[in-house]
Amino acid sequence: MRALSTTMRAELIGLGGVVERNLYLTKRYFLWDVAFFLWTVANTLTIVFIAKGIEATGGAIDVNAVTTRLLIGAVIWAYLGIIFEFLTETVAWERWEGTIEYTFMAPLSRAMHLAGQGVFAIFYGLARAALLFAVVAVFFDLRMPNADFVAALVVIVVASVSFIGIGMMTSVMPLISPEKGMQLGFIAQGMLLVVSGVYYPVEVLPTWMEWISVVSPATYALDGIRDAILLGQGLSTMWDELWPLIVIGIVSIPLGLWVFARGERYAKRHGKLKRSG
Amino acid sequence: MSQTAVPMKSDSPRAATTVPAVEVHELRKDFLRKDPNARPFARKRPRSALSNVSFEMDPGECVAILGQNGSGKSTLVRLLSTLLLHDGGSAHVFGRDVFAEPRAVRRMVNRVSVEASFFKKMSATENLSYAARFYGMTAAETRDQIPAILKRVGFPSARRSESMENLSRGMQQKVSLARALLTAPILLLLDEPTTGLDPRSKLEVQDFIREVRQTHDATILLCTHDLNEAEALADRVGILDRGELICLEPADELKRRYEAETLEEAFFAATGRSFEEEDDDEERGVFG
Repeated sequence: MRALSTTMRAELIGLGGVVERNLYLTKRYFLWDVAFFLWTVANTLTIVFIAKGIEATGGAIDVNAVTTRLLIGAVIWAYLGIIFEFLTETVAWERWEGTIEYTFMAPLSRAMHLAGQGVFAIFYGLARAALLFAVVAVFFDLRMPNADFVAALVVIVVASVSFIGIGMMTSVMPLISPEKGMQLGFIAQGMLLVVSGVYYPVEVLPTWMEWISVVSPATYALDGIRDAILLGQGLSTMWDELWPLIVIGIVSIPLGLWVFARGERYAKRHGKLKRSG
Repeated sequence: MSQTAVPMKSDSPRAATTVPAVEVHELRKDFLRKDPNARPFARKRPRSALSNVSFEMDPGECVAILGQNGSGKSTLVRLLSTLLLHDGGSAHVFGRDVFAEPRAVRRMVNRVSVEASFFKKMSATENLSYAARFYGMTAAETRDQIPAILKRVGFPSARRSESMENLSRGMQQKVSLARALLTAPILLLLDEPTTGLDPRSKLEVQDFIREVRQTHDATILLCTHDLNEAEALADRVGILDRGELICLEPADELKRRYEAETLEEAFFAATGRSFEEEDDDEERGVFG
C-alpha cells in the first residue's frame, strides 16, 4: 500500500512536471502565441461573416443566431486544434529539441506523461477558446440573453477527455514518420469536425456520414454547447449529450494509450526515437 | 519518490552487493536497412548492430568501450537505457531485466550523450526541474539541489536563468552532466560525453567524472573514441568492432596482449584498422 502511494505520488509529480514545462515554454513563446491567436481570430471572422453575407444577398435568416452558431463551431475547431497540437508536440517538439530520449528513459509512466500534456492543453485551450469567443462576440455585438456558460464549460471539459484520447492516437505518428506525422493531428481534427456538424446540423450529411457522427465526441460537444448558449439549457437537460461523451471518453483514453504504446514499441524496435548519433 | 542527489559511497548499501551492476549476455540488436543496390520496393534486410555482446560490470566500476563511429557503442547505451528493444540475449542492471522491467531499470540509470539535448529556450534550471520531476523530485527538493549540483559541475550561478541557446557547448554539456547526476543514478551511461568539446571543457568534464567516481557510488559505462580518456578514466577497456566486443580488460593488459605501446596500437592490432577510420557499417546506416 505504501509502495503504491509512493509510486502514485511520483507519478503525480511527473504529471505536474509536464504542466510546469509547458508553462515555461508558453512564457518563452508568448509573442508567438499572440500571433497565432490573431490568426485564429482572423480565421474565425472569415467563417462568422458568412451569416451577414447570407443576409446581404437576400437570405432570410436570424443573423444573430446563425452568427452565434457559426462562432461556436469555429471556436470548437480552434479548441480541438490546440488539444491535438499539444498532444502531437509530446513527441514532435521533444524529437526536434533532442530531449525525447531523456524523457522516454525516465521512470514516469506514459499515461501520466500524456495526461500532463492533456491537462495543460485543456486549460490552455479553454483560455484561448474563451478569449476567442469573447473577442468575436464583442466584434459582432452578439446578444446571448439566455446563455448558460457554465453548462457549456462542463460539456466541453467532459468532451475533452475523448479529445485527449483521440489526440493520444495521433500524437505517436511523429515517431513513425518524423517529417509528416504531425500532420495527422490536423487530419483527425478535420475528419472529426466534418462529420460532427461543425457549422451545420448533422441531419444535412449523407447517411453514412451521419452514422459516423454518432461515435464522434464532437457531435455531442457541439450539440450541448449550442443548446447551452443559444437555448439557455442547463446541465439538468444535457444528459443526452453527456452520457455519450462519458462513454466515448472511457473507451478513447485506454485506446489512445494502447495505440501510443504500440507506436512507441515500434519506434524502439526500429531505432526511430532518434535517427542518428 | 524522495531522492537525494548522488548518494555518497559510504551511505550506499549497494556498494556491498554481490549482484553485478551490469550483466549483458549474448545481447543482439539488428536494424532493418534497405540495400542501396537493391531494386526499388525491395524488402529491407536486417543488419546487425550488436552481435552477441557479453560482459559484466561490478558495482562502482568504470568500464570504457572504445569503438569507431558506427561500431555499436550508442546502440549498446540505448539498449541499456531502455530506448531500444533487443533482438536476442539479455541485459540486467543490478539484477533487474532491462527489457522485462524497464521502469525499475530507469530509476537506476541515467545518461549523458554526445549532444547536450535540452529545450533551448528554457534555462538550465528549468530544464533540470523538468527532468527531475520525471524522477519524482518535488519543487521543494530541487530548489536547493539544482543550484548545488550546477555549482559542483562548475556552472556559473549567474547564468542559471539564461536560455540554453545562449550557452556554449561546453556549458551545455555541464548541464547535461548535472541532469544525469541530479536523479542519483547508480549506473551512469556516458556516450561520448566529451566529443566536440574544446580542450579545457573536455578536461573539466573528465575531472568531474573522476570526482564522481572517487566520491560517489556510481557505476560508469563510458563509450568513447578518445583513447586517452578511456585509459585515464576506466578500470577496464573494451573494444567494440562492427558490433562485436572483441576484448574487455585493463588497459595495461590490453596493451600487453597485443604487444602494443599504446592503446591506439592495441586497437589497430585487435581490429586490423586504424582508429580514425569510419566504420563501413555507419555509411551503410546500420546503427541508426
